[in-house]
Parts: sequence; structure tokens; C-alpha cells
Amino acid sequence: MTMHVPTTPEFKANAHAALGNANLQAALRGSRGNFVAKRAKARAALPEFDDLRDRARDLKNAVLADLDLYLEAYERQVTASGGHVHWAETAEDAQRIVLEICRAAGAATVNKGKTMIGEECAINDALAAAGITPVETDLGEYIVQLRGEIPSHIIAPAVHVTVPEVEAEFRKAHTHLPPERDLSDLAELLREARGVLRAKYFEAEVGITGANMLIAETGHSVIVTNEGNGDLSQSLPRVHIVMASLEKIVPTLEDAATILRVLARSATGQEMSVYTTFSRGPRRAGDPDGPEEYHVVLLDNGRSGMLGSDFQDMLRCIRCGACMNHCPVYQAVGGHAYGWVYPGPMGAVLTPALIGVEAGGQLPNASTFCGRCEAVCPMRIPLPAMMRSWREREFAKHLTPGAVRYGLGIWAYVASRPALYRIATKVAVAALRLLGRGTIRALPFGGGWTGERDFPSPQGGTFMAQWKARR
Amino acid sequence: MKLQGKPMPAPRVALFVTCLVDMFRPSVGFATVKLLKDAGCVVEVPEAQTCCGQPAWNSGDRETAKGFARRVIAAFEGYDYVVAPSGSCAATLAKDYAAMFEMGDPWRERASAFGARSHEITSFLTDVLGVNAVAQEARVVATYHDSCSGLRSLGVKAQPRALLGSVTGLELREMAEAEVCCGFGGTFCVKYPEISNVMVGDKTRNVAATGAALLLAGDLGCLMNMAGKASREGRAFRARHVVEVLAGDMAGPAIGDAK
Repeated sequence: MTMHVPTTPEFKANAHAALGNANLQAALRGSRGNFVAKRAKARAALPEFDDLRDRARDLKNAVLADLDLYLEAYERQVTASGGHVHWAETAEDAQRIVLEICRAAGAATVNKGKTMIGEECAINDALAAAGITPVETDLGEYIVQLRGEIPSHIIAPAVHVTVPEVEAEFRKAHTHLPPERDLSDLAELLREARGVLRAKYFEAEVGITGANMLIAETGHSVIVTNEGNGDLSQSLPRVHIVMASLEKIVPTLEDAATILRVLARSATGQEMSVYTTFSRGPRRAGDPDGPEEYHVVLLDNGRSGMLGSDFQDMLRCIRCGACMNHCPVYQAVGGHAYGWVYPGPMGAVLTPALIGVEAGGQLPNASTFCGRCEAVCPMRIPLPAMMRSWREREFAKHLTPGAVRYGLGIWAYVASRPALYRIATKVAVAALRLLGRGTIRALPFGGGWTGERDFPSPQGGTFMAQWKARR
Repeated sequence: MKLQGKPMPAPRVALFVTCLVDMFRPSVGFATVKLLKDAGCVVEVPEAQTCCGQPAWNSGDRETAKGFARRVIAAFEGYDYVVAPSGSCAATLAKDYAAMFEMGDPWRERASAFGARSHEITSFLTDVLGVNAVAQEARVVATYHDSCSGLRSLGVKAQPRALLGSVTGLELREMAEAEVCCGFGGTFCVKYPEISNVMVGDKTRNVAATGAALLLAGDLGCLMNMAGKASREGRAFRARHVVEVLAGDMAGPAIGDAK
């Protein structure tokens, strides 16, 4: 079956290309700081925000400690309300289950609300390969689909695209509209997308959405959206499929409310998203609308293996995107450079867990450990510490590049022996001063530094030698 | 604090000078010693020190990092306090050492106790010793970059600003994104030089936009990165470690200047 092939091992080359892509850089520069300022404002307006973060963390930790029980309770509730829960151990299993449901429904078209689990399972590719047309209904996802890409951000899929690029894409795709129409501003683009997508809502036999949360107490699935596309995608077609992963469970409606209070504020700086929609089964007798069939595909895909590991805390993630909005590395290179479904700091921790550290190991290395992600994470996930844990795995598996291991080895040998270290530093200082006073323009074996910046030369003499001489 | 009229003995402080200050800017070490002595401390510099071990810890080599932790703790734990002119190295001593050892390892307890006595210089002066002013003068417009580890691991933010606020003639003008990483990141700057370069370029642009003549920070690694970029770009501002201003050591060349 088709899956997104990670280009994660080529992170450096991807980043290089991203830095040279003028459109991408313009898009990133244009959005930079917007999310940061909005979150800061929302946070400042809610004095108990940090207490809510503690509560959200604690409730999710409690879920993870007894995840099996909560999942079974959730399944019972969904079944009781006439829905079906399908357990998918792998992304391939999820694809197969979704395709079976779609085929049984005789689907020619499937409408999609936003789902990152769908991306993780490459569900669009699988549907297309089976002759079923997937239609993304979230505006950002729609743009990305037209471009033949995957999202570059988990809540702002098309954040890497500039407005003129969207215009060009729409003119290419919407050939039934008059070519002379004005698409110069955002409102026009929005109106056009709305018109095109509105018609599609009535064509699809199946609607697929993601889930922001699954509530064990009631069997509800919760989605938060700003466009209303999720509601139309899940209530108009005859069949509704929810694609969700195991860790989306919260125990009660009350707990869901706690998470909702930190989710939108962290993501977009909104107090609440425009729509918060609950569903838990097919249309009941007397309901004016709703699907005839309701399916939940519950994906594991490696998550159960994270339970009890150094990476369990990652399963608290609610996919708000605050970490990438605040990450200077993400802001420099954008999401596609990360090479798979999940970018930014959360991707740097999650990706190696899902596709293996051999393929995903670049990502936890591409961090300065500045800690800004952890500082804003609503679920208080220790992202840098977990990136460090991945580096430990890589070191233990000898995946760390040979030059790094070798260099570290020599440095550690010398720095473990103070007398030898005193001599080595004295020689190094003298040698560096031979290369330049003030600054060094080109450092032998240090082209990484001096390619684009100078290297400040030592003042002369080491502190330890001078201190000793003054005594 | 006085107990029955007897003055409290002067705290014995061990200076952890850091490997970068030792090699590149010894004057920062001496400025730190001056600040500590002015605040009434007895300062000693343990001979056995080299590096805190952070490069090994952040490269995933936990066993080597533990070796550094054990040696530093053994060499420094006889003092009342350990102080470093770096938020990054101080955070390694204060926070990371304890995290290196498993639960149940006696070194974990020892590292925690040691960590509680380890401090970054500006926060040690203000938070521990209660020093809120220095008797210095510097007629200059300065801006301050918050280095990541100091800021987020140790909460160093207001302390250097409070001390700088007491320097006669110094105007502190905040830059945009002062809390955003400069792109140094230890080995990051040579492992991912292109990304690091973009980050430091953003930083020097933000510094220059303030019109400040002087960029200050509390970590030499970040300062060398920012000063090196500013030098290549031909920026007008100079860069110094914050303790140089606080100790009145402004006569010598700024970072990256020959004279």
C-alpha cells in the first residue's frame, strides 16, 4: 500500500532547499510572530492558564496510566450508540479498514475534514489508488491537496504558501470559473474556495474527520475547527468515519473542557475555536440529520510501544502547534524540511518513535535545546529532554556520525585530565591567535562556523594560567 | 543576617570559570571574581576544573557526561556556593547533573544537593546575596540578549537587568525577540550551520534595530556567535559579557575586537 515515504534522513538537504526557497521564506516571514503574539495575549487574559496546564497534564497522565481501561470504556459507549470501533494496529490496517467501509458504502467521493491521523496513514493516496476521490474541505488542506503536498504545519497546513501562489493554484484548478475574475485578495480567494467546496459537500457518500479528543465517559468524538467544514463533512454524507489515535482519550466531558480551555489559546490564541463539535454515533430515530453509519478507526501505529518508555509524555500532545510556532528552527526552514507528517519540536520527538530512530534521528538533533517549545506547551511535555533521549539512543546504537563520536572521544579524554587539559588549552589558544587577532575569518575544520560569520579569537592566555600566576 | 551580634562568615564561593571563558575571554573570569569579592565573598578557583560536560550530555553520551558530573561535584562540593559566568554551564551544574543519574543512584542525591548550591553569576548576586546595585558608570546604550538555558532553566531574566539598571549612564533598550535563541546551541552551530546562520542573522538584525552600541548577554558561547556574525556583517554594535559592564571592565577590546 502507498505510504508517505519519509525524507527525514535528508533533513539537512531539505533545510538547505527550504532556506533557498524565496516563496517559502516569504510565507514564513509573513506569519512569523503572529501565533506567538496571539498566544501570549490569550494567556495573559487568563490568570489560571498555567494551573490549567497542570490540570491538563495530570489528567492526561492519569489516562495514560490506565489507557486500556479508558479505551474499552470508550468503545462500549460508541457501540451502545450504534457506532463501530475498528482497531488499527498499523497505518496499513487503518487504510484497509477505511477502504473497506468506503467500498461497502459505494463511495466515489470522500469528503475530508482535517485529520493528521489521515496524513499519517496517507489515506488520500490510498483512496485515490482505489479509485475514490478524496476532497479536502479545510481551506489549508484544500490548497495543499491542489499543490500535491502534505501539510507543513499541524494546524495551519498551508502556512508555507503565499497568497499569490494560492491564486495561481485556484486559477489552474477552477477552470469552470471566468479567467478574468479578480482573485487579488484573501476574501476573494476564500469566497471562491467556499463556493467550490460547498457543492462538493452534497456529492460525497463518506465523510472522514479526525478527532481532537475521544471521551471515554460518553463515547463522544470532539473536533475543533474554525471553518465549519468539519461539521458539514461529518453530518451530510451517509457514512462518517472518525480517524483517531489511541492517546486522544480523555475520561470525562469535564476533562474535555479543561483541554479545550488550553487548546485554542495555545494554538491560535482564541479562547475557543469557532466550532467545537461532538459526535458519537449515527443519526437516531427522530434526528433531523446525521450519518446513517458511524465508524471510528483507532490507530496505534507504534503508540502503545511508547507507553512506559522515555517517550510516554509525548502521548499527552494535543496537537496545538504551539511548539512549532515558537521554534526558531521550524520558523527558519518550515515544516516540509522535517520530511514526514509531524514537523517542529513535537515531530522531532514523535517521528523517531513512529518511523524509527534510524530514519527519524536527524530531527531530535536539529535543535539548540533552546527550550521555548517546552515553555509554551500546554501539556508541559518535556520536549528537549526527550530529544536528548533520542540522541542517547542514537549514541548507543552508533548512529551518531563518526566524526562527532571521534571528536567527543578526544575532547573527553583531554578534558578528564586537568593537567593535560591545561597544556592543551594553552596550545589551542596560542594556535588560534596565530590564525587571527580579534576575529578569525576562516577556521580550519570550522567552515561550519566561519562560512557565514567570523570567529572571535582568544584574548590571550587562559584564565586558569593567569589566575595561578597571580596567586 | 546577624546572629547575636556575630557577623555571618563570608561565603566561600568556588568559581566555575567555564571552558569558553578560560580559553577565550579570561577577563570575564576576573570580572566575575571582582563582583563576588565586592559582594563580600571569599573566592576560590578549584584547580581540577575543565568543562561541565554539557557537550557529552547533549550529544547523547550519558556515561561520559556522568564522569564529568562526578569530577565536578567532587572538586566543588566543599564550598558554600559554586558560581559560573554562564547560564548554560550553571544550568548543567544546577539541573542536568541530577538528571544524569538514575533514581536510587547515590550520586543523584549528591548531584541534587550540589545543584542547589550552583548559580549563574547575576542571579547569585541578586537572588542569593541580595545585591541589587553596582557602583559603576557606563555612558552607553545597551541591549540584552536572554540566553536560553539561563532564561528557561534558571529563570535569569530580571536579575541582569536589575543590576544593569544601577549602572550610572547606561540605557537599556530592549530588542525584539530578546528571548529567541541566537542559533549557537553548542555543537548545533557547526552541525547545522545554515540554520544557525539564519538564526544569528535574525538576532543581529534585531540588535541593530535598537540602535544600541553594546550587546550584552550572560553566556560567552552566544556572545561569540552573535559577535562573529556582527563582525562578518560589519555591524556597528560591539558585544560584551554582562559582568564586564557590572565590574567596570570596559577598557579592553570587546568580543572579536583586536584593540
